[in-house]
Amino acid sequence: MSDNHDNLPVSTTDGSVDQMPDPGLPAHTWRPTDVDEKAERRAERQVAAMFGLSMVCTVLFVVSYFAFKIGDDPTVVAGFGASNVFLGLSLGFALLLIGVGIIQLARKLMADHEIVEMRHPARSSDEDRAETLAALDQGVSESGIGRRPLVRNMMLGAVGLVGVPLVVGLRDLGPLPGDKLYHTIWEPGMRIVKDVVGTPIHVSDMVIGDLLNAEPEALFPTEENGYPELDGVDLQVQKAKGPVILHRMAPSENKPGPGRDNWAIDGIVCYSKICTHVGCPISLNEQTTHHLLCPCHQSTFDLSDAGRVIFGPANRSLPQLPLAVDGEGYLVAQSDFTEPVGPSFWERG
Amino acid sequence: MRFLNRSAGRLSRYRRSRVAGLLVMLFGLLLTGGLFAAFSPATAESQANDADQVAAGRQLFLVGCSFCHGRNGQGQLTNDGKQQFGPSLVGVGPAAVDFQVGTGRMPATQPGQQIPPKKVVYSQDEIDALAAYVSSLGPGPAVPAEGDYSSAGLSDAEKEAAVSRGGQIFLTNCTACHNFGGNGGAMPEGKIAYNLTKTTPKHIYEAMLTGPGQMDVFSNGNLSPDEKRDVILYLQSLRETPEYGGLSLGGLGPVTEGLAAWLVGIGGLVGFAVWIAAHTTRSSKEKVDA
Repeated sequence: MSDNHDNLPVSTTDGSVDQMPDPGLPAHTWRPTDVDEKAERRAERQVAAMFGLSMVCTVLFVVSYFAFKIGDDPTVVAGFGASNVFLGLSLGFALLLIGVGIIQLARKLMADHEIVEMRHPARSSDEDRAETLAALDQGVSESGIGRRPLVRNMMLGAVGLVGVPLVVGLRDLGPLPGDKLYHTIWEPGMRIVKDVVGTPIHVSDMVIGDLLNAEPEALFPTEENGYPELDGVDLQVQKAKGPVILHRMAPSENKPGPGRDNWAIDGIVCYSKICTHVGCPISLNEQTTHHLLCPCHQSTFDLSDAGRVIFGPANRSLPQLPLAVDGEGYLVAQSDFTEPVGPSFWERG
Repeated sequence: MRFLNRSAGRLSRYRRSRVAGLLVMLFGLLLTGGLFAAFSPATAESQANDADQVAAGRQLFLVGCSFCHGRNGQGQLTNDGKQQFGPSLVGVGPAAVDFQVGTGRMPATQPGQQIPPKKVVYSQDEIDALAAYVSSLGPGPAVPAEGDYSSAGLSDAEKEAAVSRGGQIFLTNCTACHNFGGNGGAMPEGKIAYNLTKTTPKHIYEAMLTGPGQMDVFSNGNLSPDEKRDVILYLQSLRETPEYGGLSLGGLGPVTEGLAAWLVGIGGLVGFAVWIAAHTTRSSKEKVDA
């Protein structure tokens, strides 16, 4: 045996192979519950108790559903909303105890004899295979597909063309954007107003270091300013594109971009609030560095340097709104944004 | 006390003739001075006190603050002249002093990106004196009065309206850094925006007025005093709101909630499975009648 290196079974003298004898199954070891009647009864009681406790929890669930007030004046227990806490705990324990009971039942009481089930081959019998192939051949020859290529090709074409209406139907997913993505509601002379309250912003309202979240005045229509009332989709679209942030820094700190020399007023700059990466609203600003950070993906823009991207996945500078001052000293827009706000899109390349 | 009495007794026994007259005169001077101070017109008193307070504040400033901010509060640059060692305090106003010293940020133990709050080292009187001195360097925002941020004088309906308006203002202006519940959040380069759930109303008001550290200024032209009060009332209403949904886990959103789900939830299930499999149900006994 020592000179045998081919790793094959050793042949015995009569030519048969020396097979490893089937070791069979190890002797079954019994569980305490199988051999000891007392243990068996105890396990039985345990399983029954689990299921019983589960029922109690379910009843508690129903009781807490009706017992605790919700809504404007909910029942509070130890600083928590009682309804949520008790509904969650009772239902959770009801389910957990069913699970624990079943596991205990399976491990302690269910019969656990080892059984052997021999694997049978996956291959069909030869007769079945021949019969199936013959039926297929007969079907193909009787349909005449192989003999009539014209019919075959036309059928394939017809079936293929049926896919076209599905593609054309995609057009109904919504109206084409047209040039809407290039414009916002801002127009020359429109006042910049504070978000939430809608009051106009006087130049003297802002001190150095101020950050002001602002909106176009057209989103706060009154009889006085005469802007039309927007609602529904229009309002949502304009609210999504119009918001701006105003930030005042020392005029010497601001480095205007080319052609933007008169876009800032005494160090007050105005930028779109919509990140150019995927359009999150950003107002996380650092006062001393003028770095504006987007909380979604950490794109960082330098407000003192024409909104240049200095970090993160955004690819375009933050669009700047050119500022002017009207006759009463309030901040107004010189014009709409000169580039689309928000994330890039297909046509912009 | 007994020691004092004894020494006074000794004084009177041996030196009565020489010192008694001086002591009586001193007592008389103090009495008249005290009476004058007590009964003199209020303006004269406050002006005298202001000058005293500024002088006292200057002494405190020279000891505790001038190392970084300069002997006249003019600020200092680092040796290479590129970085600020201590910013100029001209024009920052008493509100900034009250916030920075009153929350323990100042005096700083070391220069750095962000000066953390710590135990307050000055008494309120000393803080007021420092504020008076810094205020004398140049005018700036004043410390708000308690009426500026309390809901006193508002009816229930007005208060509810104020809280709801404050909530909108908070969500628009503050949430980006401080989280929607005021629980704070992470800022670039290792800085943080602080948790506001325990900050006093006065300090919240002062922070908005002065913009400490990297925080932007929300001057009275930006958020009017009423709007500032509304924001503070909203934050206070959050503190009184019970946790309807169970444990808030710090109110930090998916970070702590995910951690709890992965560690406590899934970890618990894995532990349960290991425990089930690790305990054998086998017995060494043989079944007798099988």
